[in-house]
Amino acid sequence: MSNWDRFTDTFFNGKVMLKYLPEILWGVVTTIELAVLIVLTGLAAGLALALVRSLAIRPLNWLIIFIVDLFRSLPPLVVIVLMYFGLPYAGVSPSGFVSTWLSLAFVLMAFSEEIFWAGITSVHKGQWEAARSTGLSFGETLLNVVLPQALRLTIPPLTNRTIAITKGTALGTVVAVSEILGAASSAMSNSYNPSPLMMGAAAYLVLFLPVVVLARRLEKRFAWKR
Amino acid sequence: MIETFFNIDIIVAAWPIVMAGLLNTVLLSLIVVPLGLLGGLMLALLAGIRHPLVRWPLMAWVDFFRAFPPLVLLILLFAGLPFAGLELGGFACVAIAFFLNTGAYYGEIFRAGIDSIPAGQVEAARSTGLSRLQAMGYIVLPQAVRNVLPDLLSNTLEVVKLTSLGSVVAVPELLYQARQAQSLTYNPTPIVVAALIYFLLLWPLVRLLSRLENRALAGRH
Repeated sequence: MSNWDRFTDTFFNGKVMLKYLPEILWGVVTTIELAVLIVLTGLAAGLALALVRSLAIRPLNWLIIFIVDLFRSLPPLVVIVLMYFGLPYAGVSPSGFVSTWLSLAFVLMAFSEEIFWAGITSVHKGQWEAARSTGLSFGETLLNVVLPQALRLTIPPLTNRTIAITKGTALGTVVAVSEILGAASSAMSNSYNPSPLMMGAAAYLVLFLPVVVLARRLEKRFAWKR
Repeated sequence: MIETFFNIDIIVAAWPIVMAGLLNTVLLSLIVVPLGLLGGLMLALLAGIRHPLVRWPLMAWVDFFRAFPPLVLLILLFAGLPFAGLELGGFACVAIAFFLNTGAYYGEIFRAGIDSIPAGQVEAARSTGLSRLQAMGYIVLPQAVRNVLPDLLSNTLEVVKLTSLGSVVAVPELLYQARQAQSLTYNPTPIVVAALIYFLLLWPLVRLLSRLENRALAGRH
């Protein structure tokens, strides 16, 4: 067997790949499920917090700022571990899937609140006053005047963050979620062959590379004019 | 509740273990942040060469690492490479993975910074007799770094947080040590303490960033 054959036999072993393909594909499904849940709930919660913050209720705003700071300074893996290994001592035992989902959703909520809030404050005060003086209510002004401009500004930083945090679904492996990396790792230890890991790596690229390329385009289109 | 999650006796018992972890986290950060900055600077300088044979592979390289989860890269190095007969320790794997992954992110930031300096400045510098390298080092980079300082800081924050991945490949950093202490004491207090340490350590940086970002946005009018 030549060196090259030995290499492909180790890292791209057809038999092993075929055997573990279904497991990796299930991993892909789990990763997509997690990613979609995180993005939907995280962004919704972030936008909600930013809107509440625009009401300018002092104590509430301090609380929001604290929560945002907290989840910006804690490493996501620490939040996941705390939830999965810590909460059971309090009588609540979230599954690995739920721990990963909620933790990363909290993190995305914190980052997106910051970005949404920055977007809202970037809309000039005069626009608020002008809209209100035409008879629009606070809610109407926010919805029809401020948010459309604010959201446009938030797109480039938001796509970046969202991708970075959804990639974090791989952290689920640590708390026994069978997403791509988890499925690949256990297949690797079962087969004593790294081919499943190579499949997993390829799956991540297939999944995320188009998103990254798309984000690059969006960024260009909505780039802040300096 | 306090007995369970913030048990003083457990804190006292776990203190040396957790502190050893904190020390390693600081050391690890002091190694991987400069490594990432170096990798990023190299990428950004390469991006200055406008030739398509340089540009396209570079863009592919950066997009590759933006799409690839750092943990997957780390596991690939740690668990995959031994099959090729190359056994690196957890620490070396973390260093290499961070050099590749965070380097790509730093590279994008540096590139944006360099792009923000008008070409006229380089031309002016070159016409006074500075070499290409001198113009880059003395004229462009100092201003470029200043322009993207908030982004550089924000990425550095992410890199420091990312060192917690070391726990997966048995690098005895803060999270790893806290989990060891947790399994020794059957109590979640050490993890809570570790989280508290991360928070206290990084909160000032988060506050600073929040301010810088708001100022940058306010300056857009």
